[in-house]
Amino acid sequence: MKRFLSAAAFFAGLVVLWEVLVRLHLWSPVLVPSPLTVGQYLLGAIEDGTLLDASAVTLKRLLFGYLFGIVLGLPLGLLTARFKVCQDTLGLLALGLQTLPSVCWVPLALIWFGQSESAMFFVVVMGTLWSVVIATDNGVRSIPPIYARAARTMGSKGLHTWVKVMLPAALPFIVSGMKQGWAFAWRSLMAAEIYVTILTGFGLGHLLHYGRELNAMEQVIGVMLVIVVIGLLADKVMFSPWERFLHRRWGTQGK
Amino acid sequence: MTVQTELANVTPSKLSVGEISKRFESKRRVVQALDRVSLDVAEGEFVCLLGPSGCGKSTLLNIIAGLDSADSGTLLCDGKPVSGPGRDRMVMFQEHALFPWLDVMDNLLFGLKLKPGLSNTEREEVARFYLRLVGLEKFAHANIHELSGGMKQRVALARALAPNPRILLMDEPFAALDALTREQLYGDIQRIWQERKKTIIFVTHNVREAVCLGDRVVLFSPHPGRIAEQFRVDLPRPRDINSVTLAQLSTQITKALKGHLGGQEEVGE
Ligand SMILES: Nc1ncnc2c1ncn2[C@@H]1O[C@H](COP(=O)(O)OP(=O)(O)OP(=O)(O)O)[C@@H](O)[C@H]1O
Ligand SMILES: [Mg+2]
Repeated sequence: MKRFLSAAAFFAGLVVLWEVLVRLHLWSPVLVPSPLTVGQYLLGAIEDGTLLDASAVTLKRLLFGYLFGIVLGLPLGLLTARFKVCQDTLGLLALGLQTLPSVCWVPLALIWFGQSESAMFFVVVMGTLWSVVIATDNGVRSIPPIYARAARTMGSKGLHTWVKVMLPAALPFIVSGMKQGWAFAWRSLMAAEIYVTILTGFGLGHLLHYGRELNAMEQVIGVMLVIVVIGLLADKVMFSPWERFLHRRWGTQGK
Repeated sequence: MTVQTELANVTPSKLSVGEISKRFESKRRVVQALDRVSLDVAEGEFVCLLGPSGCGKSTLLNIIAGLDSADSGTLLCDGKPVSGPGRDRMVMFQEHALFPWLDVMDNLLFGLKLKPGLSNTEREEVARFYLRLVGLEKFAHANIHELSGGMKQRVALARALAPNPRILLMDEPFAALDALTREQLYGDIQRIWQERKKTIIFVTHNVREAVCLGDRVVLFSPHPGRIAEQFRVDLPRPRDINSVTLAQLSTQITKALKGHLGGQEEVGE
């Protein structure tokens, strides 16, 4: 409760500061709208549905691509950790592509898939996949061999060992890889939406883009706020439970 | 199968190690970890393998466990050749090797779930029985990192006992513990050995520990790993590690150990 109050006070303070700066007329209101104008825009956009629709479109793209990236990345990471051949080929590829900023996939996706949902999907998957592969690979490699040996003496082997021992033992690494993958996917999707107009769905990035086209600064800032809030919520909803579990079980420093 | 039959004592195994050799070859050097080691262990016997670091004790234990294979020689458990790990031979390692992603109860259930013929409630009942046996029934749902070193080894012991093996293989399980905790565990392990009727092979480089626990102390010498000498320990049980007779026998064995080493390596007493 105390933490909530201090957070609330901090953000209220920020808004007040913003309002004060606007009232000092240091900049033109066209460049820096007041919090009130931004709030009005947000309310209006919520009422006429544009904001919620755009958020839904963006989140749907993000979630599908992200989940696909994880489902593909986990087994690939296990493969690279398990087989030397996979490590020397796929592992190297993953390492290389992971250093590529995920925004760089946008031009390629456009040429391959045109201005389509597939292009969006591809960009998100590429943002997620390599981080997850690398994290899973690292995680499995860092498992003390004693776990697998102990499991073997108790009658575990093959797939059972991989699912019940290796995967959970690598969980701290996998979760941080998934988090990184999420961040990359989110950034690259925003870039794709800002640069690419797609008829099949109008996402938050498009909203941001048209805000600029229309010189509607309150729209630009409002949408940015929404993007920040979604990022925060995703962190709290998707990753905090996992991290709490890790802290509780492994006894690492909790929040 | 009912919980009662599952919890009933199984007959301990007889083990026969015949001329086992094992070499480790790396780019830079070749180590003859075991050189034609032969050892017979009777049903229900408590044997301590004693020797300085690097004389192949763990290697032998891992081969018996089925985790490693020998280069040559025979290994018979109740007359049948050993190939790979089995639930009849459970291992307790120096590092507890408990799974941090599971709580205490689930660690015990890990091996039990792989054992067919039991329902889940029966498995839990069995796990609780062994937690009680090591005095940790209150900690069924504790996380591993919340336990002290001694408690962790107790849980590891319970986990090894839970599938009801015929042989218990212990590789310096108490080496990382403080003296007081260790003494407690010496009492526990003797009591559990008598109650549960297991064959136990216990690796240590602590002479007193070996004399306190074993019916027999098998002395290893290194480079190459061989059995140098064996001592029968006929002291009454339960034994107290601080007793005078035990100390006398320990001194005698320490002398023998130093003799086999040529006095170059240190041994804990
Ligand atoms: N996987 C391995 N690869 C190479 N050499 C090994 C391997 N395992 C053991 N050795 C070597 O074999 C010899 C015997 O090792 P082992 O672990 O059995 O000794 P130990 O008697 O258990 O010693 P300690 O008391 O230190 O545990 C050592 O010289 C060790 O260096
Ligand atoms: Mg050893």
